Order: sequence, then C-alpha cells, then structure tokens
Amino acid sequence: MPDGAPGASPATSAGAAEVEAAVHFVLDGAPATARPGELLISAAERVGTFIPRFCYHPRMKPVGMCRMCLVEVSGPRGATLQPACYVPVAEGMEVVTDSAKVKKAQDGVLEFLLVNHPLDCPVCDKGGECPLQDQTLAYGPGESRFVEEKRHFAKPIPISELVLLDRERCIQCARCTRFAEEVAGEAQIDFAGRGDQVEVAVFPSQPFSSYFSGNTVQICPVGALTATPYRFAARPWDLDQVESTCTTCSVGCRVAVQSSANRLTRILGIDSDPVNHGWLCDKGRFVFESVNGTEGAEPGDPGGQGRLLEPMVRRDGVLQPVSWAEALAAAAAGIGAARDAGGPEAVGVLGGARSTNEGAYAWARVAKGVIGTDSVDAQLGDGLPADLVLSLPRATIDDACAADVVVVLAGDLREELPVLYLRLREAVREGGVQLVELAPRATPLTPDATVSIPVRPGEAPVVVRALAGEPGAVGELALHPEGLTASEERLAAARDLLGAGGARVVVVVGRPSLAEHPGIPAEAARLLAERWPEARFLPALRRGNVMGALDMGLAPGLLPGRVTSSAGADWFAERWGSVPAAPGLDATGILASLAGEGEAAHQVKALVLLGSDPLVDFPDRQLAERAFGVADFVVAVAGHLTESVRRADVVLPAAVAHERPGTTTNIEGRVTRLGQKLVAPGHAWPDWTIAVELAAALGVDLGLTSLAQVRSEIARWAPAYRAITQDLVESTHFGEGRVVPLSDTGGSVARVRPTDPIANPGVQSAEQQGAPPRVGLADMAFGVPEHSGDAGGSGAPGDAAAPLPLGGRPVAVAEVHVVPPNSYSLRLASTRRLYDSGSAVASSPSLAPLVGGVVAAANPYDLDRLGVRTGDPVRIRATRATIIVTAKADAGVPRGVVVVEFNLPDGPDGPGGPNVAATLIDAGASVTDVRLESV
Amino acid sequence: MSHLGTDVLDRARQLIALYPEPRSALIPVCHLAQEQDGWLRPEAMEEIAELLGVTPAEVRGTATFYDMLHTEPVGTYLVAVCTNIACLLAGAGELLEHAESSLGVAVGETTPDGSITLEEAECLADCDRPPCVQVNHRYVGAQSAESFDSLVADLRAGRLGDTIPSHGTLVRVRRNGGLRADRAAVAAERAAVAEQQAARAAAQQAQQGGPS
Amino acid sequence: MAVTEAPRIVTSRIEHADSHTLARYLATGGYEALRKALRMTPEAVAAEVDAASLLGRGGAGFPAGRKWAMLRKDPVTYLVVNGDESEPATFKDHLLVERDPHQLIEGVLIAAYALQVTQAFIYLRGEFALGLERVTQALNEAYDHGAAGSDIFGSGFSVDVVVHPGAGAYICGEETALLESLEGKRGFPRIKPPYFPAAIGLYGQPTVVNNVETMSNLPWIVTHGGAAFAALGQGRSTGTRLFALSGHVHNPGTFELEMVKTTFRDLIYDEQLGGGIRGGNELKAFIPGGVSAPWFGPEQVDLPLGQDEVGAAGSMLGSGSIVVMDSSTCAVRAAWRITRFFARESCGQCTPCREGSGWLERVLHRIEHGQGREADLDLLLDVSDNIAPGLGWPPQQTTICVLGSSIPSSIHSGIQMFRDEFLLHVKEGGCPHA
Ligand SMILES: Cc1cc2nc3c(=O)[nH]c(=O)nc-3n(C[C@H](O)[C@H](O)[C@H](O)COP(=O)(O)O)c2cc1C
Ligand code: SF4
Ligand code: FES
Repeated sequence: MPDGAPGASPATSAGAAEVEAAVHFVLDGAPATARPGELLISAAERVGTFIPRFCYHPRMKPVGMCRMCLVEVSGPRGATLQPACYVPVAEGMEVVTDSAKVKKAQDGVLEFLLVNHPLDCPVCDKGGECPLQDQTLAYGPGESRFVEEKRHFAKPIPISELVLLDRERCIQCARCTRFAEEVAGEAQIDFAGRGDQVEVAVFPSQPFSSYFSGNTVQICPVGALTATPYRFAARPWDLDQVESTCTTCSVGCRVAVQSSANRLTRILGIDSDPVNHGWLCDKGRFVFESVNGTEGAEPGDPGGQGRLLEPMVRRDGVLQPVSWAEALAAAAAGIGAARDAGGPEAVGVLGGARSTNEGAYAWARVAKGVIGTDSVDAQLGDGLPADLVLSLPRATIDDACAADVVVVLAGDLREELPVLYLRLREAVREGGVQLVELAPRATPLTPDATVSIPVRPGEAPVVVRALAGEPGAVGELALHPEGLTASEERLAAARDLLGAGGARVVVVVGRPSLAEHPGIPAEAARLLAERWPEARFLPALRRGNVMGALDMGLAPGLLPGRVTSSAGADWFAERWGSVPAAPGLDATGILASLAGEGEAAHQVKALVLLGSDPLVDFPDRQLAERAFGVADFVVAVAGHLTESVRRADVVLPAAVAHERPGTTTNIEGRVTRLGQKLVAPGHAWPDWTIAVELAAALGVDLGLTSLAQVRSEIARWAPAYRAITQDLVESTHFGEGRVVPLSDTGGSVARVRPTDPIANPGVQSAEQQGAPPRVGLADMAFGVPEHSGDAGGSGAPGDAAAPLPLGGRPVAVAEVHVVPPNSYSLRLASTRRLYDSGSAVASSPSLAPLVGGVVAAANPYDLDRLGVRTGDPVRIRATRATIIVTAKADAGVPRGVVVVEFNLPDGPDGPGGPNVAATLIDAGASVTDVRLESV
Repeated sequence: MSHLGTDVLDRARQLIALYPEPRSALIPVCHLAQEQDGWLRPEAMEEIAELLGVTPAEVRGTATFYDMLHTEPVGTYLVAVCTNIACLLAGAGELLEHAESSLGVAVGETTPDGSITLEEAECLADCDRPPCVQVNHRYVGAQSAESFDSLVADLRAGRLGDTIPSHGTLVRVRRNGGLRADRAAVAAERAAVAEQQAARAAAQQAQQGGPS
Repeated sequence: MAVTEAPRIVTSRIEHADSHTLARYLATGGYEALRKALRMTPEAVAAEVDAASLLGRGGAGFPAGRKWAMLRKDPVTYLVVNGDESEPATFKDHLLVERDPHQLIEGVLIAAYALQVTQAFIYLRGEFALGLERVTQALNEAYDHGAAGSDIFGSGFSVDVVVHPGAGAYICGEETALLESLEGKRGFPRIKPPYFPAAIGLYGQPTVVNNVETMSNLPWIVTHGGAAFAALGQGRSTGTRLFALSGHVHNPGTFELEMVKTTFRDLIYDEQLGGGIRGGNELKAFIPGGVSAPWFGPEQVDLPLGQDEVGAAGSMLGSGSIVVMDSSTCAVRAAWRITRFFARESCGQCTPCREGSGWLERVLHRIEHGQGREADLDLLLDVSDNIAPGLGWPPQQTTICVLGSSIPSSIHSGIQMFRDEFLLHVKEGGCPHA
C-alpha cells in the first residue's frame, strides 16, 4: 500500500515510522501525534482513545461503511462527522470523540444495526465475544425503538464445507468479502443485492473453497459466519485459552488455542506483526480435530487414524499394549542389538520435525551422544541439504516483504506455506516488491510476478547461471527438445531486477518438485548466494518445526545450535560425553542402506521414527517399502496410528501439538513459545521425556528432569540459541518471539501488539471482551550472555571455545548429474497440496473430505499430441511403475513436464494408494522421466 | 460449446475492447446475455466472469445490485408501472392494483403463460405522461385501466413486435466498429499537450511573481 | 412576465419530428460550434465556459467552468457524462437524449477538446432504451461525419466516445457511484475526500463528470460566447434551464426558461407553462427540485427559479424538477412513497441509510394505514436526525453520500407543514383522504 495514500495500512511495521516526522493534532482538547498517513482511528487508539468500529480492520484497507467510528473533525466548513477509520490525521487537525453529537451518532448507528439483527444471542456462537453485543453495551442505546417486522432470510446456509452463513445476523461490514478479494485474492464471496437486501453470497455452483475461509469467520464482528468444526462446540465463557504457535507448517503463525473439558474447540489467529497479521490457513485452523481424535486407534483397525494412547510392543506379530517400562526396555534392546551388530551407525533416526525444540534437542542428544549415530534426519527426502540451509544468509518474512526483489525458487507457496503466500502477495501488490518466480508450473503468484520463468525439473542451476549471464547457460537450456521456457528477454529482465550484488534481494528457496533430487535446487540456491552475495534467503521447508529440528542437530553432519559436526565435535564431546565419529546418512541414504542398496548398503539395520511416516510421506514409496520390508527393528514415537506405525516393533505414544509446552522455530529462525492446552490422552508423553527415558533404558542418565532444564541446556550449549533463556521465553513479552541467532548486543523485545477484540473477536478471554484493548506495554530489554555461558550449568565447563554457528556463507553442495531430457518422455514434477493424505488431514473429519484426487497435469500441447483431453484417463509409465490417472490440460505447466501432485490419493480403489506420485518417484535418480500414453 | 452464442461472444469482445479495463463491460455484456436468454443464466454468468477476468460470484453479486439484470427467469415482456411521486399523484397506485388483478399476478411475478412479468418501477423519467408504463424499457405513454388491458392484449397477440422487441434487446442500433483514435498517437499528443500546459502554467506563475 | 424573450438554448430543435437526425442537426448549424472550438485553444474554450458561469444541471449546481479549472492543474484523463437521470420527477435529460442526441455529442466533443481528454463516456440509464439507440446512432453518424474519433475535422485532435448503459439503480446518478458502475462494479458511492472525481476518478484518474444538460449547453456557449449566456438570468444563475414540471397541473412537461426571471407561480399557473392546478384545486405544496429537496408551501410560490434564491429559502433547485401537489394529496402518503423510493434505492453501504430508510418507510406505512401512534412523529424525526444530524438545510450527514441525508427531506417537511394531518391519521386510524 503506498504510503500516505488513503487507506495506507496502519499496520506497517513500526520502528521505521517512529523516526519519521510526526503529525501533530488535537484529540479531545489534548495535543497528540500521529505517524504520517496514519488513520485517525489507529492514531487515537495508540494514545489511548478507543473509537468504536465494525467495518474497520487494521489489516485491511478501510471502507468507512458501517459509520460506527464517526467523530467530529474540524475542517474548512467547521466540524463535521467523519469516519475515523478513513481519515488520515492531518497536521493541526482538531478531533472530538466524546461530544454529544458524536455520542448521538454512535448511538444511532448501533440502533440502526439492530434494526434488522435477529438478537438471537442466546443461540449464537458469537454470544459472549461479539463486537456488536459488546459495543452495544458500551456505546449503544438502552433499548431499540424498532417495533416493525425484521428482514428474513433462511437461517444458516452452508457456503462451503467449513463455513456457514446466517444472513440475518450480517451487518454488511464487508470484512469477509474484502478479506476474500483483497487479502486472499479469491473473490468467491461477494455482496449481492442492494440496500437492506444486501447479503453475502457465493455463486451457486462454486463454494467458498479458499484455503483461507476460516479467517472470515474469525473477523466477522457478529455471528453471521460460523465454522462447522466449532459451531456450538462451546460457549465463549467455557473456553480457556493459551497462546501458542501453529506447527502445521513452518511459517509459525501465532495462535490462540482454546479448549473446553480437555478437548480443543477452536484455534484463532493472533495478530503477530512480523509473521501472520492475525491470519491462518484453514488447515492450521481446523487440523486441531486430529488432536481430539482418540477414536479408532485400535492397532488392528487398518482404517483407523486415531491417537495412540498406550505403549505397544509387537508380540507374535501383533502390536500389544504394554507398560512404558516394558516398551522402553524393548526399544533399548532392539537398538542395542542393532548397535552391537553393526556399530552406532546401524541405527537410523527419521523425523523430529513435529517435535518441540526441546524434544528435538533431547533426541539429537540421544541419537548422537548416547546411541552415537549421525544417520539422523528430520527431513524426509522432501527438504534441502540441512547444512546448506543453515549456512545461507537468512532473511525474515518482513525482510522479504520489504525487499526490492523477491525470488521464489519453490513450489506453490499457497499450498505449502499459505500464510507466507498471503504476506508475499500483499507485499507484491501493495508494497512494490518485484517478484521473480522460478517454479515448475504457474502458481497463484504468477499473475503478480514481474518475471516468471518456468523451471523444468533439473534445470534450476542452469537457469541461475543464465540469470548470472554465464555464457553458454542459455544455450544449455535451449538444448531441451521444447526449447527455452522463457524468452531471453525475460531472462534479461530478471537479471536486471537482481542487479549486481543482490542487495535488497530475498530468495525464497524450497523444493519446487519432490521428483527432483534435492541437490538440484540446493545447487541453484548456492549459486544464487555465490553470484549475488548480498542476497538473503528464506527457506521454504514446510514441515512444522523442521527448522527447529535442524537447528537442534537432527540432520547428518550437524550438532545443536547450527554447528557442523566438525566444528562442534570437541565442544559437544566435552558436554555430551561423545559425538559420532563419522558423518552419517540422510533420510534417502538411511532407507537405501536399510534396503541394502548403495554405498552404505546394509549398514543401517534399525530405525527410530520420530513422528514420521516414511511409508506414506517419503517421495519414493517403493524404497520405503523395501527398507521396511527388511528392517530388523523399528521403534515408532508417534501421536497417531499411521501406516509406518502399524509396521513398527515398538510404539511409544507421544503427546502432540497443544499437549505439551515448549518452543518452536519458524522459517525465519524465529523462536516462539508453544502453549500446552490439553493433558495428553492415555499414557502419551512429551517427546523430550521419551528421549530421556530411552537414554536411561540405554544406561545413560542425561540429568534432564524438567523442560526448563532442557531449555537452559540448549541456551548454554547450542551456540545459535545462546540467549533463548528460560527467563526470556517465559517472560510475558516473548509473544512474537525472537529470531536466532541474536546479535551480540542483545536487544529489546518489541512492544507486544495489544490484542484487538474488535479485529479478532474471541482471542481474548471472555471477561476482557468489549473492553478497549490494552495499549503501550513497556519494552523489555535483554542482553546476550557474554560467554555462551557455562556458568551454573550442569555439564561442567571445558576448555573448548564455543563453536561458531553456520550462517552467512553457503557451504558446498554435492554435485548432481542431470540426465539430458529426451523428446519422447516428459519430466515428472511433483508439487505439494495443502490438503493431502497426511495423517493430520486424514484424522481431521472436517478437512479429510477436502482432499482432492490426483491428476496428471500437462501442457495442452503435450496432451494434444497424444489426443488426450482433460478428464480422459492417461497412462503414466515410469521405470518404477505404471499407473493410470485422469489427465488435465494446464497451460501453466511448461511443455515437456507432467505434474502429479504429491501425497494425493487416486480414488478409493486406484492402484496407487494414498500417494500415487510416490510410486513413480525414484529417490536415487536426479530426475524422474515418464512416458505418457493415451488409454 | 460455450453457452453464449458466437454472435453474442463477438459483440461481447467488441464491447470489452471499448474500455480501458475489461470489467467495465460487465453491465453491457450482461445486457447481451439477457438478450439471448431473457435473464442471466448461471452458465452465462460463468462465461461472463471468464471474459472479464472476475469470479462468477462477482458477476452475480454485481448484477443483483441492478434492477434490470435478472438472475431469475422473467417473462417475455417486462411490464413496469411507475408508482413514484408524480405517477402516484396521477393514480399509479390504482393502476398497479388493476394490473395485478387483471393479470392475476402480484408485483414481481410472471403470468402462467410466461408472457408478462409485472414490475413496480421507481421513477422512469416520463413524469409528464403519468401514470408511466414501460414494456421492455420502451415507453408506452400514460395508461388507464382500459388502455392497460388492451396493451396487454396486444402484447400477448404479438401486435407490438415492431415497436417493442422481446426483452433484452436494449440497443437495436449497434456501434459501428470500435475505438478509432489511435492510442499511441493520442498518448503522444497528450504528453505534448501536458508539457505545453505545464510550460504555460510555469510562465503564468513566473508572471504572477512565483509560487505563493 | 413568465416566458421571457430569452432564446431557447437546448430545446431549439425539438419541435422538429426529425430533431434527432444528423441531417436536421447540420441543417440547424450543427457541429459548427465544434469547428469553432477546434480553431480556439483549449484554454480559450474553457474560458468561455467559465465566463458563462454555467452551473451544473445535475443537481449540485457546481459551476462547470470552475470544475474544469480545478482539473486543468492535473491533466484530466476522462470525461464522463451523467445521463442516469433517476431523481424522481426529473425527465429533462430524457428529452435531450431522445430528441437532440447530436447536440449532446457536440457538447461532449467540445468539452473533451477543452479538457484535452481522449476518451469520454456517456452513461445513460438503462431504462432509456430509445435514448441509447438514438445516442448510439448519432454517435455512429458523428464518427462518419468526421466529428468524432481520430483527427476530428482535420484538427489533429482525437477523442473516442463510448455510450454506456446503466441497468437500473438510482444511486448510479451519484457521480462516484456512477464511476464505480462504469468500472463494472456495484454502484457504491466512494468516500469524499479523497475520491473527488476531479482527483481520483475513473480507474483512479482525474475525471470530469457533468450532466447531460450541462453538456448540451456547450454548443450554444461556444457559438454565442460565454458573455451572451451570462447575460441571461441573474446572479450566479445564468442562462436558461430546463424545468420538469409534474404532478397536479393541467399541463405537465419540460420547459426551458430563463433562470431567476421566472417564478414558481409562473411555471405552475402560466397558460403557456403549467396551466394551473388540475381541477381548479388549491395548491397544497410543491417540491422545488426533485424528491431529495425539502417541500415548499403556497407561501413560497413567488420565489424565482434561481439556485441561490431557492437555497436561501431552505430547499434546492436540484435537478430542476417541480412536483405540484394539490389539496387532495395525502401528505403522509406522499412522504411514505418518497421514503420508500430511498429505501429501495439505498445502495446499502452505510448503516444509517440502509437501515434507517427502511425503518422510516415502515413507520410511515403504518401511520398511513392507521397503525400509527402519536409518538411515531417524534420517532420519525429522531431517526431522521440520526441520518442527517440537526435536520437543517443543507443537511449534515452521517452517511457517505447525500442520498442518505436526503431521506429526511420529505418526512421533515411533511411533519413540519402538515403535523395535524399526520396526527389525524393516528387519531382516525387511517388515511382521511382514502
Ligand atoms: C443520489 C444522487 C443521485 C444523483 N443523480 C444524478 C443524475 O441522475 N443525473 C445527474 O446528472 N446528476 C445526478 N447527481 C449529481 C451528480 O452526483 C453530479 O453532481 C453531477 O452529475 C455533476 O454534473 P453537473 O456538474 O453537470 O451537474 C446525483 C447525486 C446524488 C447524490
Ligand atoms: S448514503 Fe445511502 S446510498 Fe449513499 S452511500 Fe450510504 S448507503 Fe449508499
Ligand atoms: S466506518 Fe469506520 S469502522 Fe466502519
């Protein structure tokens, strides 16, 4: 949004604005200051004068429609009533918010709003946290003089699978329609009709299917929009709430988690200025249902997706409930046996991205310090080399949104990191960020991109070299049978945007396709960092706490605190007793070794699964199958009964999100608090406890008996986390968290944005509803400990100096040789979908029906050549498998590429199971080429 | 396979080309679709959305703001009786009551034979001939109860086909071709004019002794 | 003297049956004004319009010359002609678009030249089916005649004109709603400031919006000079103006009269004009400028037809439409019908207008149908006061546009002038006129 323009967002990040010249005005007789361009409503609020409002939402452009915020503003023609939400403060402006005239206008508006409102508060979900109810009490008339017949509409009608609309309650504030159009870019709902017949409406045959629909429910200031997953689930005054962070993906949206009688009832977005602005995606909002799902967890029930309640051990081929002691002993025995047979590296550890940072740290210590294996990987073949990710100079989300140029070298961000997509979309459309998109297919960001260069699997490094102007690179791209995907002019335009050194350039780097070796995008990222040394990077790795897990060392070659194994060997050996001697394998290597393939064949014999489900979630299903087929021993630490858990020998039930406190780290490296709202069901434990107890069963006492102890051990021993102390994390000012590593000079925790009960009703507790928000909490300063501080630690100080964390200069990437494309096959790309066959969605009854079936999307040109049309079945022949799926012509897919989305089912009886794409992908190959045939 | 006929699509594209932004053609293109179908069928709205680069919800939402755009079927002839102040003073209320009883339908309804939909209109800007009636947006002059009945009889008998085309045909006269002014030349011309203007303004200001 | 010697400026041709054709237009000096304008500098043309002191004829009465001058600081991008004519009892533009479309187009072309715009839009209400045909036909002829499009009459000046149909919504006459509608959206008026069309208009560009009648005056002004126009009328109200007379008169119709020199009495009673009250009845009240205007009673009948004169008396000349109500008229019914119009036509954005209009309408309906209470009168006034605080004139507003603040006009007038009649409805449990 252009500065100073009407509607300039009052929510632009503070700080910079503070130093700009202030605008002086008079508010109710007292002098006050505003930021240039600031709207009266927010300037007044900052100095403690709350002006009532309905249509105004601090994260959207004002429309001045509801007229609730009228105040008297002096002007050339005397004082007139003006909407405070729409008028930017001007120098010398005189504003009166408490005159009789203002009060009468506000009174009048409230009375008008109630004219057609059904006043069915006792049966309304919003009752008790309703801005209309609350502001009527605070500012409204005592009673309505309206005795006529009210407007009638059919009571709630579904406008999507997740959202119901009660038009009688609607007060036409247009928050929902504006959100859909302006924020989400999906105007699937719009006003219809005129005058007092204006209603929110969908097109009859097209539901409100946006991934962001739940936000409209959250910001609705009345009970007009309700969500099916929590309709009538609880009355607001029954709810109690903790603040937490959503770990459905790794954006790190702040949330309010609410429960009633030890069941989660609702998740609401909290307005975190650096991260989510109050928004959530529907997956993050509604996936809480899976936490409640204690049904169907019978191990014998093949369809069950429910929670695991008790430890289990396989006896006579069947998983049977046992005590924790028995299960831990069995786990230790199996691990011990493997280690005895093949050394520490005989144990592979997969997963950890669902853990808290504390859990990840404890498991890293158990795996690397106790068992002694470095074959540990929190990524499941769907990420990037961990050391590269940690070594790239990191950007924050705000950095990206304030950059001149953002390069997206990733999949479809709306599918993978939905709220990052919203932030970037706004930055591009309103903030003047220029977008260079390097993606395997068109995405919802493509229309807004300044330059969009389709990148076929395998091509990314060459495209980057072409952008760098390297002679010959364009020629290399042109060798493809279909030629360049983008003209040389477009490449040149992107080159111009990137400039010489990459100053003010942020690269969002992820995995454009899971059917491509991770080394390919990694090399492209490394090249970008090398050629544009001032560019900074935002990793688009999507698993919940994958960044925390990598930071805690759950990856081969790494130790906690972003330290490489070589740099940190002495430091951690001193503290942990020992660290692995040799570098270990990544997830693909672990599975291949188990399956008896590759250089390290048969080295790994036993598998520890940390909340992971490789059988469904690993890109190469056949490799995972082969590995599981021969594994000597599998221990699964898990919250849900998944395919992989069903094949385990020992099952250790873990507490999941909202059932244990801790911290998490998002894509920026921002550490925030996770709140505990529920008591874990059955005998499930937090994962750090399981790690500590397993160590004990293996004969090692880690000396960790509380979460606080784990956290302070991290603060003392993990270099990048050295200031994330127990005190800081537990302080009330830690709401928006801190980005690690902290600068040496320490810093201050920014003022916490006051929760705005009118912008996000329901976020505060019921008692606070209706009260003007708190304003102006004092800043809290803190310092970074001088030394990485062994002071007072239990793990005895040694002589080794604290190792330096990675970051700033990219490490090398193992070379991947890409076979040249040929003209008779298509190159497979596999991108992610938000709603997929993963256990979280599958065990959330509201979301499970939204999982779409798989299709083969290809350029119309490629389909035409085969005589195949959208909707026809098409055969995909890979070296691995041959499947038949439905074809879809998609001009957004470049020629020579076929997209089969990852982790989607192909219908109840399809040959591919829940994840068709994974049957085609060969994790060992650089790319997967397939033949398409008409059926 | 599109729902809108080729002729309608051609005309729609010509209309869109008249505007700096496609969405501007929403109302005219909806009129065209009504010319084909009598009302805005969902299929038509979906295609209009596609043509204009907006969502079907936006087309429907916008169309429902306007009285002349119908998202429900209507009769062949829309008979609109104005009852606003000038016509009211001339007995429009009574005429409307007569229309309801003689057609046997209430305002907003369509006769069972599908020929006539009765509407109560706001002022139609023909107040010197009250009570004012329009059929398919063509003025038919002041009406009495008797003349109304014979008007309806004529409509049903198809005797007014020449003067009152079946509805939707808002404009029988089509625009000849599209925009004529060459955009590039015009842009250059404008830039030159703006420059001249600026120069003149600067000169004027200098004369007046600089900016105040 | 009722009908002055003033020339007919915009209705000089309409007696001819073929007044809408190019042939008739050319035969009566058509497009000569445009040729003359093209020989002048744009500034000189604008100066003539400024000198004419031509007040906008759409309702607000803002001088066209001043509006254009404001804009020429910022080059204007679009010219938009407001032909939505939906203010009840207003039917003058109806006459101009159907009977003299070339005059309108010539006016548009002159304005386009003066403003140096290259694209103009003529927005006509959708119900003007014949008017749309006539203007489109005339435009085709103008293009063929070389008067519109590229390089007009060899002058090097080019402008395209597009005729745009509305689709039935009164609010689209409000200039910013009209622009929204022209952008293909629902007609929600924009908030001013900052959305004065002059600053942020069509597609966010500086835009001039003028009424059809305003435009139709331009050929005459260019031909005869601004001074000749300013010599007619009196004070700020110069030239002639179309007055649309309707209601209980013998001879309703559109009359072009010199401003200020004529009074309401002349208009209503003169034999050449209204011809007196129908059936020899008494004048009860009249609305001087469209239903948004407060009513006048017989006491005000000698006021001159001038913008400032009517304004000073507490109402407005507005769109120049006068509705005459005789003694048989039920004031409650009239106020109810006008309020119902606003309730049906409120765009629905602003809470006070959206909800207040319907509420007021329902209360008036109750009173008219014998369900009223005495307290309803105060209720009507207080609810009105919540839409237009103070109930003064010109009104203050709690709404975005003045449709909202116009709602109380007829209610406030009705109760002020005919309180007893309202009370009689309450006491007798029904309408005494029924
Ligand atoms: C509710 C409302 C309805 C209006 N309707 C019309 C109309 O139908 N025609 C018109 O020319 N102006 C109408 N106006 C006035 C316009 O907003 C605007 O002032 C006018 O078109 C400017 O042209 P002018 O300066 O030539 O009069 C209306 C204003 C309002 C508030
Ligand atoms: S005052 Fe009425 S018509 Fe005008 S913008 Fe508000 S709601 Fe719409
Ligand atoms: S008009 Fe300002 S909050 Fe609605």
